[in-house]
Amino acid sequence: MTDVQETVQERSFPKPVFTDAEAGAKEFPDSTARRYNYYEPAKRKQSHYEDVTVEVQPDPRHYLSQGWLYGFADGKGGYPLEWTALKAWGSDRPLPERGPGSGGKGYDWPAHGWHEFRDPNEEWELTLYRYNANVVRQMTQNIQVARQAKAFEQWNPNWIRFVEQHVGAWMHPEHGLGLYLFANANRRAPTNMHNNAISVNSMHKIRFAQDLALYNLTLSEEIDGFDGAAHVETWNSDPTWQGVRRTAEALTGIDDWCEAIFAANVIFEPLVGELFRSNLVQQAAAGNGDFVTPTVVGAGEYDYAQRDLRYTRAMFQLLTSDREFAEHNKSIMAQWLSNWVPQCLDAARTLQPLWSLPDSKPPRFEDGLDRAKNRFQGILSDLDLQVPEELAQ
Amino acid sequence: MSRQSVAAAHKKIQELSWEPMYHEPVKHYGTDYTFQKAQKRDPLKQVLRSYFPMQEEKDHRVYGASDGAIRGNMFRQVQERWMEWQKLFLSIIPLPEISAARAMPLLFRTVPNPELHNGQAIQMIDEVRHSTIQQNLKRLYMNNYIDPAGFNNSLRNFQSDYCGTIGRQFAEGFITGDAITAASIYLTIVAETAFTNTLFVAMPAEAAANGDYLLPTVFHSVQSDESRHISNGYATLLMALSDESNHQLLERDLRYAWWNNHRVVDAAIGTFIEYGTKDRRKDRESYAEMWRRWIYDDYYRSYLVPLEKYGLVIPHDLIEEAWNQIWNKGYVHEVAQFFATGWLANYWRIDAMTDKDFEWFEHKYPGWYNKYGKWWENYNRLATPNGHNPIVFEDVDYVYPHRCWTCMVPCLVREDMVMAEVDGQWRTYCHEMCKWTDETAFRPTYMGRETPNMGKLIGKREWETLYHEWNWADVVSDMGFVRDDGKTMVAQPHLNLDPKKMWTLDHMRRCPPLLSPNVLLNQMSAEDRDAFHADYIKQGPAGRSSGSPKP
Repeated sequence: MTDVQETVQERSFPKPVFTDAEAGAKEFPDSTARRYNYYEPAKRKQSHYEDVTVEVQPDPRHYLSQGWLYGFADGKGGYPLEWTALKAWGSDRPLPERGPGSGGKGYDWPAHGWHEFRDPNEEWELTLYRYNANVVRQMTQNIQVARQAKAFEQWNPNWIRFVEQHVGAWMHPEHGLGLYLFANANRRAPTNMHNNAISVNSMHKIRFAQDLALYNLTLSEEIDGFDGAAHVETWNSDPTWQGVRRTAEALTGIDDWCEAIFAANVIFEPLVGELFRSNLVQQAAAGNGDFVTPTVVGAGEYDYAQRDLRYTRAMFQLLTSDREFAEHNKSIMAQWLSNWVPQCLDAARTLQPLWSLPDSKPPRFEDGLDRAKNRFQGILSDLDLQVPEELAQ
Repeated sequence: MSRQSVAAAHKKIQELSWEPMYHEPVKHYGTDYTFQKAQKRDPLKQVLRSYFPMQEEKDHRVYGASDGAIRGNMFRQVQERWMEWQKLFLSIIPLPEISAARAMPLLFRTVPNPELHNGQAIQMIDEVRHSTIQQNLKRLYMNNYIDPAGFNNSLRNFQSDYCGTIGRQFAEGFITGDAITAASIYLTIVAETAFTNTLFVAMPAEAAANGDYLLPTVFHSVQSDESRHISNGYATLLMALSDESNHQLLERDLRYAWWNNHRVVDAAIGTFIEYGTKDRRKDRESYAEMWRRWIYDDYYRSYLVPLEKYGLVIPHDLIEEAWNQIWNKGYVHEVAQFFATGWLANYWRIDAMTDKDFEWFEHKYPGWYNKYGKWWENYNRLATPNGHNPIVFEDVDYVYPHRCWTCMVPCLVREDMVMAEVDGQWRTYCHEMCKWTDETAFRPTYMGRETPNMGKLIGKREWETLYHEWNWADVVSDMGFVRDDGKTMVAQPHLNLDPKKMWTLDHMRRCPPLLSPNVLLNQMSAEDRDAFHADYIKQGPAGRSSGSPKP
């Protein structure tokens, strides 16, 4: 044997250097100035949510000295305030004039009231992924245990038809509104706080739509004769659903982003969404041997009732109590109520035949509608808005 | 549900979409492209049931690393030279990210393919993730790095500084104008597919070499989402290509988007990687080498060129010209030198280059020292206040450049500067391509064809205009780049934190006033303007005056 001489080439890698560049190593001007100083917090201390959200979307009314750089064909750039008819204090002030020798300053921060909105859910990436990951994990476990327990075998045929057609049909307005109303609106609002909250709302709806679709797929696999495509036919041509469909489509056609959020979350959801979900599906399921569907639908119900309505309420409360435009805003919202309440009530009433379909009947439709109306009136009261006369129709 | 395959689940969620029967969704955005309804597949095949837990798991890793960095005193070994440039980068990047989220609805009504909308909605929320996770990283730096100035007023700085304005194109270009030009070609086909490689892969590698492993942790996590977004863009591009009438617009938009991304991203990231690092191992890749690998080979040759067979006209000439700018014309070096020249208008500290840096630059870019070495020696000599003014006012044979009206980076490769009277104003451009973008591309007609949806270049595009004839102390105060003693500047042309070595407003007060090159240009007679141009294009490299001997 001969010895093999191996030449080992020295690997090249960066060498660590101790620099003592950590906080507190020296004292000098600003050495302890460790908070974002370009905005005022809503409460005494700046929250983590505010730090990652406020001012990311700039505004020529305060700091954006050179203005927007790219515009649409009409010359408008950024996020024009006139994309909604509602106004927050300061909205009517002219844009700061900047030109040769003007300097860069605009109005003092925040310059107008839109910047005062904070999402009470304090949603940012960490919270939104935690929340939604928990929801889908829990739901998957619920359905898995139901499969193992053969829970679907307890369903009577009428209830199977009800779930495949009507619970299934609800995935469509969730998906359509999630994409074409909420995701669409995330380009429209004048602050990052609004647009982030709206985009999270959008994902709740799209996720819930997918939850229903995938639940439907599971049922197709688990229940003999379960027609996984029936929900499409129901949504497309069942007369009971055409009121909901017409209204949902009309909602996606709204030009004004505030009106879109208002009509969807303040009017449509309590009068139609919760009516169907809470006052029909959730009430009827147990009596028909189904303990699984309420856990799926309940997740969507929680999205709306505990989170999406919460930010919506905070957003519109600011506008109805605005120090400059409260009355202006309330009168516009009153018009929106007059327009959308009849459409939503019509959609609700068109759903009425569903209440008589299950073998074990839920509480009466009229009782459910009364509860939905009470809920709706409570929301209006929170917003300091008058109940429209159209509600009594 | 858990046993369902991804393919089956993805197929099922296609049942969610529906064609309107009673009312059409609102159409807020227009395009001059035309699309036939086509059953293009959603390339992401992402279902939210698996998406949310996946992202949560990625978050666990990021935040675990963040905690570890603090507990392990990472900031004892980060290089200040590097961290200071993060004050610029992290003030810019959250806006492009969130703008990408805002851009997605531009495609809903213009690209008639509901299956793709699913992927676009997921991209929307990905971008919310990126923006807020990056703001959070900056917050961590502010709390734990030795000098929080510049991080603590980050988003105000970004909005009032000319560097922020340059960077903002990489955001506003996504959300305005023709919906396809903006949200598809500029954003996904060029910015994300080509330039996120240098932004989110090459740059974090350099951060790690400078003792910062948090930037790679966050940005590699971000980049793992980008690969999905690239698929979104590709699917839309294939749809656009299937209609021949789009080819002319695709050619226009690829040329504009490629050139603008090159001008903006190569300027910033090139500077960070070349001038922000202390890692001067000769075998580490230079920015030019990274560019060749990530952009020329991976993007141009592997992604763009194969699309030629589908009818896409590739801007081969501009890709070669971008390389020419980086390799032969010193684009990145000129930009870094300009940032350092104008340090007093910034909100971070810029370290001088030393002999070790010179040696590395000479090794990577032969001839570098003859062009730039002397100037950096002067920069070092003039770094701390000692009776002289900042370098921009001292005689170091550097002519302050005019700004490019389109990309807003100054016209630093002097021989390429062109001028034009556009919309009643004389404008300077850093290159013929930027002139074309303003004069030809961003117009309501293009080569005789109506393009009513094309966007417009707007705004006060020359920063100096706002401060024409202002005293520099007032300029810096107006922008808010002052520390909490009310006089020491945030920006410094060195890393010494001894207050006696730091520049203050008092030093600025005695400087000559700021004069806007564009205002002055528009005051010139026609003859003076011609003479000015003839002189300008003889200047350089490294900002030398026209009469100076060339290296």
